[in-house]
Amino acid sequence: MYNLWTTFSAALAQLWSGDPLLWGIVAVSFSVSASALLIALLPALTTGFMLAYFRFPGRWAAISVLNSLLAVPTVVVGLVLYMLLSRAGPLGDLNLLFTRPAMIIGQILLCFPLLVAMSLSAFQAADHRVLETAKTLGASPWQAFVTLLFEVRFALLAAVVTAFGRIIAEVGSAMMVGGNILHHTRNITTAIALETGKGEFVQGVALGIVLLTLALVLNISLGWMQSHSRVLRHGD
Amino acid sequence: MAALIMTCLQLSKLNTMKPLKLSLQYSLIAAFFSMMSCTVFADSIRLATTTSTYNSGLMEYLLGHYAQVSDTEVQVISVGTGKALKMAENGDVDLVMTHAPAAEARFVAQGFGIEAQSVMYNDFVLVGPQDDDAKVRQVHTVTEGLSRIAKLNKRFISRGDDSGTHKKELQLWKHLGAAPTFDGYLESGRGMGHSLQMASEMSAYTMTDRGTWLALKDKLQLRLVLESDPKLLNPYQVMLVNPARHPHVNINSARRFSLWLISPEGQKAIGSFRIHGEVLFVPSAK
Repeated sequence: MYNLWTTFSAALAQLWSGDPLLWGIVAVSFSVSASALLIALLPALTTGFMLAYFRFPGRWAAISVLNSLLAVPTVVVGLVLYMLLSRAGPLGDLNLLFTRPAMIIGQILLCFPLLVAMSLSAFQAADHRVLETAKTLGASPWQAFVTLLFEVRFALLAAVVTAFGRIIAEVGSAMMVGGNILHHTRNITTAIALETGKGEFVQGVALGIVLLTLALVLNISLGWMQSHSRVLRHGD
Repeated sequence: MAALIMTCLQLSKLNTMKPLKLSLQYSLIAAFFSMMSCTVFADSIRLATTTSTYNSGLMEYLLGHYAQVSDTEVQVISVGTGKALKMAENGDVDLVMTHAPAAEARFVAQGFGIEAQSVMYNDFVLVGPQDDDAKVRQVHTVTEGLSRIAKLNKRFISRGDDSGTHKKELQLWKHLGAAPTFDGYLESGRGMGHSLQMASEMSAYTMTDRGTWLALKDKLQLRLVLESDPKLLNPYQVMLVNPARHPHVNINSARRFSLWLISPEGQKAIGSFRIHGEVLFVPSAK
């Protein structure tokens, strides 16, 4: 029988030894989630900005749909994407099922609504005078957008951290459209699912430690940056 | 790779209109994509197979042998038999190795699969709590064993996931007349490893393939209660996805791997795979 402490220390030892298989799995998670976030980021921020600053018919409907999408389970995203990408589905010719790009698309779909919703509330909370001042000073719409981005940078950073946390920790979509293929599409969460199924809790715990550490580092640095900026402002 | 990048980018473009100055942004992303492309093999095939062959470590062992004679990379997707056959039916994999004779016969008859070959077999066993309170060890046929569990309303964990093991289990219950309806009958809906762990935690009986049992038994508080009934035979077959239905499949490489599995070399490798000194699979190619 396993015991909690021996499993935990064996997991730490496995991480420390630099086990290439383990760190390869971690690398898959990071490259997939970072790619998804990078691709989704600008379109999402632009969408959030437009929803915050332009009034158009259907705007409320769009926001409602967006907020509902936040609640969609990852397996449902995985299932829909699976049916689209399967050879028997409409996008089968792209040959994307069971590849990393398929996982990336799934995670883009998962983080996009979150990024839009969080940036939308960040933009709404921002002081409207920033934008008006920028416009009066002759800024182009693009320059005005960039000025505003800078103004709400911490709220946006929080959005990015939250979105990254959501997609790197999701298992449903990654398992369905990735297929958990070793060296290709096996990431942290699908590996944990597999290893616990095999009764190999050590590797599962080791990978769990990586995820937890990451969450801690991201949130602590975000908190530090925010408090640091407040200190600076008070010092002005 | 370039095509994949373009597709991803086009998909992300669908999300919203965006300013024009982003071409630099996207070339950076493209560079990121190409950096993360993995080891390039000359050729690769996808094999959907069951958790029993993958979680036991057999597949990895065989692929180690195959890598010495072939440049083809075999990418393994391990799922239940039902799902594996579905993937093959849709053309999402190149070949499939499963253990559900009736479903496989249907699969071939419907023209989804070709060149079905018997590869190996092992057997199913009934396992249960250490004290075996239904006294299944006193009987010798699986029908009697299951009927004891049902009559005494003991807990029994069923896979409930349309896997080969689940299909087999349902077929065995049929010998008792009706589908099991006693209160202790629970469906886990998960793989064999998870189901065995559930059975262990809940002091329940379950049916498992011998391979997964041997691989996991040290970590479980369960014991083997019934084996060696001919009804518990568990044969595995390999089948190629029909290229007439799915012209894109890598039929040549898939066939080469399938033929290697049933070659004297492949069969020897299967027979030499052991866990804790015990043979898990018996080669059976004709």
